[in-house]
Amino acid sequence: MASEFPYDLNALKESFVGSESLPTILEVEKGHVRAFAEAIEDANSLWANEMFARRTPFGGIVAPPTFLRVVSVQSIEELPDHFPFKRLLDGGSEWEYLHPVRIGDTVTAVSRITDLYGRIGRLGPMVFIVSEITYTNQLSQVVAIQKSTSIRY
Amino acid sequence: MTTSDMSKSLFWEDVLEGQVIPAIVKHPTTRQLVRYAGVSGDFNQIHYDKDHALSMGLPGVILHGALKSAFLAQILTDWIGISGKLKKLGCQYRQMDEPGRPLFCKGLVQTKYVDNEEYLVECDIWLENEQGEKSTLGWAIVSLPTKSN
Repeated sequence: MASEFPYDLNALKESFVGSESLPTILEVEKGHVRAFAEAIEDANSLWANEMFARRTPFGGIVAPPTFLRVVSVQSIEELPDHFPFKRLLDGGSEWEYLHPVRIGDTVTAVSRITDLYGRIGRLGPMVFIVSEITYTNQLSQVVAIQKSTSIRY
Repeated sequence: MTTSDMSKSLFWEDVLEGQVIPAIVKHPTTRQLVRYAGVSGDFNQIHYDKDHALSMGLPGVILHGALKSAFLAQILTDWIGISGKLKKLGCQYRQMDEPGRPLFCKGLVQTKYVDNEEYLVECDIWLENEQGEKSTLGWAIVSLPTKSN
C-alpha cells in the first residue's frame, strides 16, 4: 500500500463534502411494494396482505425496511460529470428507522456527502464517499436516516 | 413464512443474550438480480450483464449490496414477527457474492436492555457463503413488546 494515491484527495474532499443532492420523491404504491417484496423473495404478509396487516400493531401494509433504497437510487448516483471515478460499488449502510413507510406515503430523500477518503484496493485506486440520506414523509416526519458508503473506482 | 407463523409475537422476555436467531437460506439467481434491478431502479449493469461485469474487473455479475441488506433485514423481521420493530440496521459488504450460490443468513443476540421504556435487543447478523465465509456483516437493534405491561 506504499503507492501514492493518483488524485488529489483533499481537492476532491473540498469540492464534494457538504454537497447536497436534489430531492428524490417517491409515491409509495401498493403494487410497487408487493413487487419489491417478491423481488427480494420475502413472503412476510406485512408487506402485501392488507387484511392481515390491518390486524397487526402496524394497522396496515408497511414497506419492507430496505424498500427506501428505491427512493434514493438517483441521489446516490448523482455526482457531477467531472468526478474522476465512474465505476460504482455499494460499500454498506447503516439505517435508523423512525416511522413505518405506508402505502400512499410520499417519501422525499435528500443525500448529503459527509466524508470522502481514498484507498488503493484490489481494483486500483478507490474513493469512498460517505453520505447521509434523510427520508421524510408527507407529514414532515423523518422516517429514516441512512448513512451510506459508496465506492467509486 | 405463512400468515399463521407471522401472527406470533416475540416478547423481550423470551430472548436470551447469546441466543441464535433462526437462520434463513436465500438462493439468489441472475433472474432475481434482473427483477431486483427493475423494481429498485438500480440498473448498474454489473448486476445483470456478464460481459460488462468482466470488463469492470469483476468475476462476473454480482449481487446488489442492497439486495443483500434486504436478506439481512428479513432474518430480523421473520424473527420478531408483527409486534417487534426494526430500529437500526447496519451492513458492510466485505465480499462480492455471485448468483447461483446459496447465502445463509445468520444471527446472534448480543445484548438486551431497557432504554427510555423501550425493550431493546442488539444483534449481530451476517451472510455466509457455502465456504463459511462471511461476505456481509451486519448489526441491528430491534424493540420488542414486553410481558410486564
